[in-house]
Amino acid sequence: MAESLEELRARAQSVRRDIVRMTTEAGSGHPSSSLSAVEFMTAIYFGGFLRYDVKNPHWPDRDRFILSKGHAAPVLYAVLGQAGFFPHDQIMTLRKLGSPLEGHPNMTRLAGVEASTGSLGQGLSLGVGHALAARVDKKDFHTYVMTGDGELGEGQVWEAAASAAKYKLDNLTVIVDRNHFQQTGASEDVLDMDPIDGKFAAFGWHTQALQGNDMEEVLIALKRARAVKGQPTCILSLTRKGQGILKLLTKLKDENYHGKPLAPKDLDEALAEIG
Amino acid sequence: MAGASSSVATKREIGKATRDAFGRTLEALGADYPDLVVVDADVSNSTRTEWFGKKFPDRFFNIGIAESNLVGIAGGLASSGKMSLVSSFAAFITCNAYDQLRMSVAYPHLNVKIVGSHAGISIGEDGASQMGIEDVSLACSLPGFVVIVPADEESAKAATKAMLDHKGPVYLRVGRPDVPKVYAAGPAPFAIGKANQLRDGSSVTLIANGLMVAPCLDAAEALAGEGINARVLDMHTVKPIDRDALRKAAVETGAIVVAEEHLAHGGLGSVVAMNVAELKPVPIRYVNLGDQFGESGSPDALIEKFGMTAAKVAAAAREAIAAK
Ligand SMILES: Cc1ncc(C[n+]2csc(CCOP(=O)(O)OP(=O)(O)O)c2C)c(N)n1
Ligand SMILES: [Mg+2]
Repeated sequence: MAESLEELRARAQSVRRDIVRMTTEAGSGHPSSSLSAVEFMTAIYFGGFLRYDVKNPHWPDRDRFILSKGHAAPVLYAVLGQAGFFPHDQIMTLRKLGSPLEGHPNMTRLAGVEASTGSLGQGLSLGVGHALAARVDKKDFHTYVMTGDGELGEGQVWEAAASAAKYKLDNLTVIVDRNHFQQTGASEDVLDMDPIDGKFAAFGWHTQALQGNDMEEVLIALKRARAVKGQPTCILSLTRKGQGILKLLTKLKDENYHGKPLAPKDLDEALAEIG
Repeated sequence: MAGASSSVATKREIGKATRDAFGRTLEALGADYPDLVVVDADVSNSTRTEWFGKKFPDRFFNIGIAESNLVGIAGGLASSGKMSLVSSFAAFITCNAYDQLRMSVAYPHLNVKIVGSHAGISIGEDGASQMGIEDVSLACSLPGFVVIVPADEESAKAATKAMLDHKGPVYLRVGRPDVPKVYAAGPAPFAIGKANQLRDGSSVTLIANGLMVAPCLDAAEALAGEGINARVLDMHTVKPIDRDALRKAAVETGAIVVAEEHLAHGGLGSVVAMNVAELKPVPIRYVNLGDQFGESGSPDALIEKFGMTAAKVAAAAREAIAAK
């Protein structure tokens, strides 16, 4: 059942709390990369867009969500845990030996994970494969893929973009988490891919650009994407890396805060800022 | 055989990570190699090429997350007369860019240095996708490539210099965590293709590289208590392999253990077995990662779980001796 706008907003904040708590407990991981993606992930899983059955995770007619930017695994685990794919308190085992909640998603160990990712650039091709499988099997499931903005440097993304357009895959949506940073600095400095939506459009995709940390805009974008016919959709999601704890990251003098957990001493402040 | 045992560290202390030693050496030597151009793919703060980059910004490029392009650019730079050095995680630079390594570097035999960091399971929590466990096998399968796996801080420094002095393609594998010192402070003995004998012995030879050299020394110490004299070789160069050292190991000790933080297939163990089978067949036992991916966990927990330990090496040595 789709949650209301207010419920989704509240859930997004609880997903944020899960992300910072589990990465601080793990002592490593990528909280800032996870936080930028929260609204889209929450909306997809709880806003009535993704059809899934936690009791039957491999249900052939389910919609697919592929986290191509696999280092943002904590946001995926938070929504999967809240959705009931596994006991929610298991999020605190993140990255520990024996836990199926590995540093990067492993589809062989955790129900609900559609793809084993962590080597950037590969998720969109997998998405094209799922979308083609739906066509072959005459099924109406939809495939969502989320990539990073730095990730768009990988040539494979554009090979996939060309093939999705060739096959007019209107059952495929890519969400580009445009948080303006990658590992070594600002995406605009490392490899400026602007205009990202213009590039997808040039490949034959339907595109939209919107504020990806605004739940209302996110819901509109996902509805529109489902209505597009004859073309795959690219949603350029303009976000902030570390959304929810930006004040704290400013104080810590690291806007990117890539690939490191909050120190235990900063956790309370982060949770208070998330609210 | 190069390498005097006097250069071996007497105490087991933790030294710098091999990636750090590589990064500092590159930074220090940059001025001596004016033709050197370094290119990285958005991981220079992990591979440590950023230290060179800060000092020599005109000879450093960060091309974004694009490993195939990275290796292709290295080929172009080298074809145009530069010595190019490119780095990323071992998993990405070998697996993601393999055809570029083959066609744009190995086939034209260009003067390109490939540095793969975050090798093995000892990276810890990030898990399998980030762990290069097949990189040595892949690099050895590139005709004309030299393949080097240094054991510690001092040997990584020496290996970095040797790599820059070698003309032709080289793959250098370095690791993420701080690792025990094998060599005493000061320049470690290092010649490409020459094993370093760290300890002499007559009952068995323990052959290792990278992370596994220190456990082999510890295993030799433990075995000595049982009256087993183990020879220990740091086989830092997997290709070209030191056949002379292998022949002597087989003839003089009659049993061999090969230990490496790599898959069973195609790594140091395979190369040793292929050569020993031809030179002088003797029983060989292996300590490696087998045929499986890594997983998340703390480095120490994974080292234990995957058996990258002195105890496993010692057990393998007893088996090899029993099979004589
Ligand atoms: C093929 C590959 N190369 C390099 C890396 C190392 N890496 C992990 S995250 C990251 C930066 C990703 O930036 P972006 O796609 O913008 O994601 P963000 O963290 O900003 O959400 C890099 C380079 C990787 N995981 N895979
Ligand atoms: Mg980004």
